[in-house]
Amino acid sequence: MDTSVENGMVTRSDLPLRVINSTPEAISKAKKRAKRSFRQIRTENVFKKTLMLMGLIMVILVLGILLTLIVQSLPSVKALGPKYLWSKVWDPVQDIYGAWPFLLGTLLSSFLALFISIPFSIAIAIFLGEYHPKGWLPNFLKNTVELIAAVPSVIYGFWGLAVLVPIVRSFESAIGVDPIGVGIFSSSLILAVMIIPYAASLGRSMINMVPSHLKEAAYGLGATRWEVIRSVVLPYTKSGLFAGILLSLGRALGETMAVTMVIGNTSLIPKNIFAPGNTMASVIANEFTEADKPVYLSALIELGLVLFLVTVVINLIGKKIIDRFTNE
Amino acid sequence: MESTIIKSRNFNASFGSNHVVRNVNIDIPRNHVIAVMGPSGCGKTTYLRCINRMHELIPGATCSGEMKLNDENIYEMHPIFVRLKIGMVFQRPNPFPNLSIYDNVIAGYKLNGIKLPKAERDRIVEHSLTRVALWNEVKDSLNKKGSFLSGGQQQRLCIARAVAMEPEVLLFDEPTSALDPISTSTVEELFHELKVNYTLIIVTHNMQQAARVSDKTAFFFMGELVEYDETKTMFTNPKDNRTQNYITGRFS
Amino acid sequence: MDAKNVKYRLGKSYGFQILTYILAFACVVPLLAILIFILKQGLSKINWHFLVNVPKPVGESGGGIANALVGSILIIIVASIIAIPIGIMAGVYLSENKKSRLAYWVRLSTDVLQGVPSIVIGIVAYFWMVKPLGGFSAFSGSVALAIMMLPIVVRSTEETLKLLPDSLREAALALGMPFHRVIFKVIVPVGISGILSGVMLSVARITGETAPLLFTAFGNPYLSTNLTKPMQSLPLLIFNYATSPYNDWHDLAWGASLILLLWVLFLNIFTKIVTRKWKVQL
Repeated sequence: MDTSVENGMVTRSDLPLRVINSTPEAISKAKKRAKRSFRQIRTENVFKKTLMLMGLIMVILVLGILLTLIVQSLPSVKALGPKYLWSKVWDPVQDIYGAWPFLLGTLLSSFLALFISIPFSIAIAIFLGEYHPKGWLPNFLKNTVELIAAVPSVIYGFWGLAVLVPIVRSFESAIGVDPIGVGIFSSSLILAVMIIPYAASLGRSMINMVPSHLKEAAYGLGATRWEVIRSVVLPYTKSGLFAGILLSLGRALGETMAVTMVIGNTSLIPKNIFAPGNTMASVIANEFTEADKPVYLSALIELGLVLFLVTVVINLIGKKIIDRFTNE
Repeated sequence: MESTIIKSRNFNASFGSNHVVRNVNIDIPRNHVIAVMGPSGCGKTTYLRCINRMHELIPGATCSGEMKLNDENIYEMHPIFVRLKIGMVFQRPNPFPNLSIYDNVIAGYKLNGIKLPKAERDRIVEHSLTRVALWNEVKDSLNKKGSFLSGGQQQRLCIARAVAMEPEVLLFDEPTSALDPISTSTVEELFHELKVNYTLIIVTHNMQQAARVSDKTAFFFMGELVEYDETKTMFTNPKDNRTQNYITGRFS
Repeated sequence: MDAKNVKYRLGKSYGFQILTYILAFACVVPLLAILIFILKQGLSKINWHFLVNVPKPVGESGGGIANALVGSILIIIVASIIAIPIGIMAGVYLSENKKSRLAYWVRLSTDVLQGVPSIVIGIVAYFWMVKPLGGFSAFSGSVALAIMMLPIVVRSTEETLKLLPDSLREAALALGMPFHRVIFKVIVPVGISGILSGVMLSVARITGETAPLLFTAFGNPYLSTNLTKPMQSLPLLIFNYATSPYNDWHDLAWGASLILLLWVLFLNIFTKIVTRKWKVQL
């Protein structure tokens, strides 16, 4: 059979029995049909391999990205060693490279943004998951959250530059710090808005999955709505909420454009959260095309490698938690 | 003299380490209705799915032994040829939800890319729908989606779809278990009509159905073929104790 | 349990409920602020002239964003041509091979790729495309954006097809259909609304992406349709002009922001309508 598929020869056994003893036309028609089927079978085998290849492309892409980043950051790893990551001065003109200002800037802006956004995203998750799962008001909120995720980051950056930075500047002069406006605080505010949807939508679906018999048990004991949320819903979903917050953090760490536009872009170590600074992503965006020396370029790519590894680990942990939660 | 169309010798099937069909030997005569019955989990559906090689689609499923169609080993043929010659109707009606009634009937041609002249297609559709006694009910709404029909109509549509391919054998996997009694009797009446041209193998857990529709009956128990005989003999004078117990309702 | 205690607990419950409402709806404020501000700034800039002209040099007012519009559309079309077939087929692979070893790694890779920061994709595309080809090009930008589209398309395809009942596949296979026809004629058409919504969401997502284009498509002040040369795109134009010190350029950037925003909003709304309309009733 397999040989006949390959060479396309139709044997007696490939034809339906009732055709074999009938008219020559019927036989030739059946033969034609059998030949068609041979073609189909060959196509089927090719198609299965193609599908597998397309899946393989995803794996190759990720390995390729990792490998490219490693290979391209080798010059900097060789020249600067591991202490590059905690050296405090970044001065490419003098060939001095230290990543600490960017690591610090990234951590400060991301965690600040995370702390600002958590109450809001959890409130949205509770509102949509528990208080009002259906109706026009929750629909409106759901669409709002989706829109927040859909607005391009460059538009957040532009708006931040034009509207938010002046506001932050007057706030800064009111509390008595250098009124620069651009800086880590401004970028954290923008980031906080941008990352709300990730934790909110994940939290919502987690809260939806809380079995109603658990809640009913608590209500049956005379618990108030808030007590049910606090003692049943939140404990049940805490790992899911945590995963949502992790995904938000991953987003914040890697966000480039909005941050680049409002963070001030200096390579000095930020003195406080209102000072201008740089994140790993923003320094790459700003200096990549200007990096004229191999070690300079490679040092930037090493930042990219660190960013890649950190976000990948955070995302994978988050996904693992979600998988475990949804499979329970 | 009746000729054998399906013949299995020492046929076994399993899911992973779970051995569900054991050493089945059976000869199925052409143009008969064969009922396969037994309690649930006895391997009757698995055996049926082995006949047109649907069993192997399940990950971890394996089988061994001899299964022949017209003296040719099914497991040496390509599954596509096997399935073109052995049609199947499933437990739940499963018309293609994206196709019209008309397209559902000729789905085997249309989706396989076999081009037929319009007149030929119309003939096949009308002929197949008439065979399953559905033509009069749907001839004015052939362009509606198949999923708008009632459950019984959908199941007859699925039979028409299998009949349209002109197979030699038709397999039915508990074809009426999802249907109401009236639809069930309509479908059962079809079996008598269809056996003129096809060989029908029907898996059922319903003894009355087996007794009503079949010429021969096979009784499966714990993966084994316990008894295989003329339906009349089987229900009046079973040879095996287990068959006796089953048809008298001692376990089900 | 006295009445006072119950009253206190109920009060606390209502208090938290109100606090949740306030916090939840607070997120409407920044979004509205952004939408209104961009509408206000952008609306007066947009006219026919704005859409069909290229930017004027510094010091001259007027000019338009035709180069960025054309560039964005071209770059996105090429990215889609690369990513959609690969993404859908990889998604089909995943849904058809739920338990194979390779599928596990493919799924993991897709998850990883989804979380990779866009700037990192930009770096990698620079080394894969720009360096070997000897210069910035629109095509390298398309490759970078295609990499960003892939995980979204793969995942939405897989999730959609996974939900289709096995009976559908069995019905097709039992008719003697070869595997590729089962996929293209039955499985994909039935799941088309979910697949399409994933595709359109991925297009909406890359429309606003800037970072991967910085070192690939690079930007171009003139109208260019040559895929092997630098090309302007809407987000690049907004970034470059917004961070410039010139008011005329800011005006262009506001107009471009409004166009970009409307485009993204349109895609999101359109996706919802199509998803609902094309849904096949099972």
